[in-house]
Amino acid sequence: MSTLIKFTIDGVECMAEAGTYIVEAARENGIYIPTLCNIRGVKPRGSCRICSVKVNGRPMTSCTTPVADGMEIENNTPEINDIRKAIIEALFVEGNHFCPACEKSGCCELQALAYRFKMMVPRFPYNFPRKEVDASSPKLIKDHNRCILCKRCIRAIKTEDGKNVFAFVKRGRNVRIIMDPVLGEQMSDELAQKAVEICPVGALLPREKGYQTPIGKRKYDLEPIGSDIEKK
Amino acid sequence: MSKPIVATTSLAGCFGCHMSLLDIDERILDLIELVEFNKSPIDDIKTFTKQCDIGLIEGGCCNSENIHVLKDFRKHCKILVSLGECAIMGGLPALRNGIAIKECLDEAYLNGPTVRDNDKQIVPNDDELPMLLDKVYPCHEIVKIDYYLPGCPPRADLIWNALVALVTGDEMKLPYEVIKFD
Amino acid sequence: MAMQLENIIEKYNKDKTRLMDILIDVQSEEGYISEDAIKKIAGELDISLADVKQTMSFYHFFSDKPTGKYTVYLNDSVVAYMMGRQKVKEAFEKETGIKFGEVTPDGLIGLFDTSCIGMNDQEPAALINGKVFTDLTPFRVKEIIQDIRDGKNIEEMYRSDLGEGENRNELVRSVVRNNIRRIGPVLSKDYIPGRVIKEKLTSMTPEEVIHEIKKSNIRGRGGAGFPTGLKWEFCRKAKGEKKYIFCNADEGEPGTFKDRVILTERPKLLFEGMVIAGYAVGATEGIVYIRYEYMYLKKYLESILQGARDRNLLGKNIGGIEGFNFDIRLQFGAGAYVCGEESALIESAEGKRGEPRDRPPFPVEKGYLDQPTVVNNVETLCSAVKILLNGGEWYTTLGTANSTGTKVLSISGDCRYPGVYEVEWGFSVKDILEMTGADQEDVQAVQVGGPSGTLIGPKEFNRLLCYHDLATGGSLIIIGKQHNLLKDIVTNFTQFFINESCGSCSTCRNITFQMKEKLEKILDGKGIEKDIDDLVEWGKILKVSRCGLGQTSANPIVTSIRNFRHLYDELVAGDKDFESEFDLSEAVKASCDATGRIPVLN
Repeated sequence: MSTLIKFTIDGVECMAEAGTYIVEAARENGIYIPTLCNIRGVKPRGSCRICSVKVNGRPMTSCTTPVADGMEIENNTPEINDIRKAIIEALFVEGNHFCPACEKSGCCELQALAYRFKMMVPRFPYNFPRKEVDASSPKLIKDHNRCILCKRCIRAIKTEDGKNVFAFVKRGRNVRIIMDPVLGEQMSDELAQKAVEICPVGALLPREKGYQTPIGKRKYDLEPIGSDIEKK
Repeated sequence: MSKPIVATTSLAGCFGCHMSLLDIDERILDLIELVEFNKSPIDDIKTFTKQCDIGLIEGGCCNSENIHVLKDFRKHCKILVSLGECAIMGGLPALRNGIAIKECLDEAYLNGPTVRDNDKQIVPNDDELPMLLDKVYPCHEIVKIDYYLPGCPPRADLIWNALVALVTGDEMKLPYEVIKFD
Repeated sequence: MAMQLENIIEKYNKDKTRLMDILIDVQSEEGYISEDAIKKIAGELDISLADVKQTMSFYHFFSDKPTGKYTVYLNDSVVAYMMGRQKVKEAFEKETGIKFGEVTPDGLIGLFDTSCIGMNDQEPAALINGKVFTDLTPFRVKEIIQDIRDGKNIEEMYRSDLGEGENRNELVRSVVRNNIRRIGPVLSKDYIPGRVIKEKLTSMTPEEVIHEIKKSNIRGRGGAGFPTGLKWEFCRKAKGEKKYIFCNADEGEPGTFKDRVILTERPKLLFEGMVIAGYAVGATEGIVYIRYEYMYLKKYLESILQGARDRNLLGKNIGGIEGFNFDIRLQFGAGAYVCGEESALIESAEGKRGEPRDRPPFPVEKGYLDQPTVVNNVETLCSAVKILLNGGEWYTTLGTANSTGTKVLSISGDCRYPGVYEVEWGFSVKDILEMTGADQEDVQAVQVGGPSGTLIGPKEFNRLLCYHDLATGGSLIIIGKQHNLLKDIVTNFTQFFINESCGSCSTCRNITFQMKEKLEKILDGKGIEKDIDDLVEWGKILKVSRCGLGQTSANPIVTSIRNFRHLYDELVAGDKDFESEFDLSEAVKASCDATGRIPVLN
């Protein structure tokens, strides 16, 4: 049994089933809320904070907050968009994102968001941290330079008996993703492929593949991320 | 009325951005009508002969000479534009950032797989050579930069649109397809 | 070792939600947690290696390599510096011949920095093998290191009397002092343990208890100030198989130490408060989440719990109330400030990384093990006992109309009488300065509410402590004029938030760091006016972080700009629109050194 409820996004009246996360509810109403760590069908974590909106005046992440009747949501406002842009810029300087040499360029969601928000140069100085490229796994290449710590791989990639293959270690600015040495080795090709696909950036890559789509034909070459939602 | 004056340079870059500038095809004739070039590899003027309106900087700063040239540009140009990824964020030369300079030099001149005929184990150290910086710096961390045109290289249309806008004072039209980081 | 490890894992029934306890025991038995131990734990608990590592690597007091037979954790909070920490640190390094972060080659001594250990009224202080050493001086350090080399045990190294009160208890034996300077309903000795359970609870329904708490208008004492009665009511109404009462004794806000004193002197009051809360919401289990730094109280607190069980104040049919079963266990943390956030605390108690959860759902609906859970501050629970004893009505006669009752303050810094003060809400900062014997002429600022609070100057000393003006979890740090406010205080606080961020939100992980870099640019004399404006703007980005840590981590910088703008203005070049941090001589140094060149800098 479904209950439709009413709410507004930037003053536009919307409807969705009660309990739907705001980001999904917005999508159903043809409104794009930018996301980065969120993946449809996997429990949300609200770690990138890009989907932040104001719900009745309070900042909330739209990927983790269910819609409720009468909610007034602010999404596409200069204030919120500037915060989103700042978050993207901060992610660019936190790692080493050499787009010109990256296999994921053109299909990268971080880059696509930077395009959408017209990032010409980050407001923060580049940090140029020294990070490792880990090619020890037979299935995957893990490039920490490009990892934005969104936790998608942690949340979505599990063994058949539900164990975590990926995990966060340390905390604060020292956090990084590790792959369980045993489970990582045993990972099926399908699971490895899924990990590659789920990574929004070029941090998890398949071995011996890359640059397969020519410039101009890649996912975000011609149209901004989110266009498909807004066209509906 | 005299034409606006443009100067260009390539610091720690590959001249790809300059190539892209030349990629505006027949519009280059319009460009020459529109502006006058001063110090630039395009006309081979080596030093500033007058104050300029627009300076286009390709490449980041990897050595002391880059710093010198960049500061010279800031002194001589009303508007400075960072052209391309290297000027904006160091680009591929900045792949060395985060690695100690000695390690880089040793790898390049002593231990690397392509090192040949260096029996005397010489790392170039002539005083005529510019001094390497500890990392490759984006231009805006050295001097004030007024505009940024990303891309590797920036699309010819992006450069053209931006230049025309800067010269005519019109609003910069930068459609989605032309702003790319690769 | 293998046998011992097995026993430890067995002791917690191979329960993966008890991973924290297992790791704490292994760390304490072995001095570190080896790769082999990690494998064994993962295998026995049937979780992945990565899972064990993600929990373990989160906490400051877990180590994957030996930390020395004697492990020194020297507090690096602001007040420690104010009281001479730098010299003490240098003495440790001089006497041991190693730097902080290292272990002596013979494996005898390890030196480590640590965030505030809750001893701000007796700094500089350190934990050595879990025991507290206070009032350290370079001379004392020399003695301690000599004693260690002489193979003395920890207590032989005290060289001072044990502290007062229960610090002398045989199960505590600590040199820590309580410094209780002013008492009220929470700190007063005037209390008979179990009286409220026996005399009040027996004749009240849970609803009546909640009603009384609501009538008192008490709000959460941890800092956020959520109405306690409402929280209990939500949890009572929530559906769940089992309900839990958590006591948040993870006070980690630098400058806060009142919970340490309450745990030492009034644990019975606290546990009684938990029983009352359990009765009110229908919970059967209480868990006190205590910061690792207070591990020295563990045996003592466990004996108090046992005593309560013996007297039927815990266990089955408590106080003779048929069917009211409730027991309490202690859960220790392992060094993570963020675990003071209630949902992070729950995650940690479940054996996971202390990362705050996304809300909704709130803990009252889905908390510990996804069951309805109340998380209350130590002081809130203690106050609840007195509210039931004297009535909600009585409680509203204390404090102000909107902020009822009392607040236990932890006061430290430049004053004559640092310590714990219980005052009614509505006290002014000025009165506090007078009460603590601070030389008002000499005070340049007061940090109210710890780093996540507000830095105020003399113009605002007439402001009041209450939820409508200066809301606070109770830490007040008095800062004399001899300190450089931005360099010594604001920078330290900002670094604290960087160290303690869980790293989950991109905002908290990145923006606080960027702000500190910018602050340092200004301190280096390379700042421009716009840099100050940037700091204010960047502070707003942090407001979209998930938890209070992230949301307030810009506060040291932002509130100091608001209240001490002139200090920033003095440092920046007002007329410039650009200033580079670049220094050519610094930048070419490494390459010139490597090639043997003399830098030419013109």
